[in-house]
Amino acid sequence: MAKSNEPIWWSLFSAGGVVAAFFLPITMILTGFAVPAELISENGLYDLLHHWLTRVYLFLMISLPLFHWAHRFRFAVADLGLKDKSGMLPVAVYLAAIVGTILALVFLIRL
Amino acid sequence: MDQPAAEKSKEYIRPLPGNWWMKKKAYSLFMLRELTCVFVGGYALYLLILVARATDQAAFNAMVNSPGIIVLHVIALPMVIYHSITWINLTPKVLIIWRGEERVSSTLIAAVHHAGWIVLSIVIFVIVRAIAGT
Repeated sequence: MAKSNEPIWWSLFSAGGVVAAFFLPITMILTGFAVPAELISENGLYDLLHHWLTRVYLFLMISLPLFHWAHRFRFAVADLGLKDKSGMLPVAVYLAAIVGTILALVFLIRL
Repeated sequence: MDQPAAEKSKEYIRPLPGNWWMKKKAYSLFMLRELTCVFVGGYALYLLILVARATDQAAFNAMVNSPGIIVLHVIALPMVIYHSITWINLTPKVLIIWRGEERVSSTLIAAVHHAGWIVLSIVIFVIVRAIAGT
């Protein structure tokens, strides 16, 4: 069998899919609705964001869903019949996810 | 490599029009499921920006209260929930459980995961509200 990077990208896609499925909706409710609805205070959320455990959580919530997006988006583009003439789409999407992961790490450590 | 015309493969490649996914409801739902990734990734990007702004309380407050951000959440949340439902519906495909001689039904496995998702969401909400509640 030919050597391939596919298992790595597929595993990250899959891990991102699980994390997004179980955690993103409630996280979105907390960041998008709970503050304007005055269920949680913006100062409380701000402080919570700086806790190390929340930072680990946010790292996973940023990095893994980005890899999930990269892998699925790449195939969705092909399914939509859009031609990747340059052949650079896979490189571009995975690189975007890697850059996002590094930035998340930098921003979260800095907090 | 140039081949003489006679040796060229004559196999028929069926053309697939770009709008194939509009032809049947099942195809459209498949495409909708695949496109949820844009909202999953988009929200991850939002979190990244939020974290980048979280060194300044005023900038952070402005962001979480911004009407534009709330509108984006209203658009993205149904798509992400659709991702959750379709993803959890697939759990019986990867999780095969036997109880004695009998295989546990796929409906039950999916239902347990859906219930787990709801309970987990409530637990997270209750914890965050207890810590950061108004």
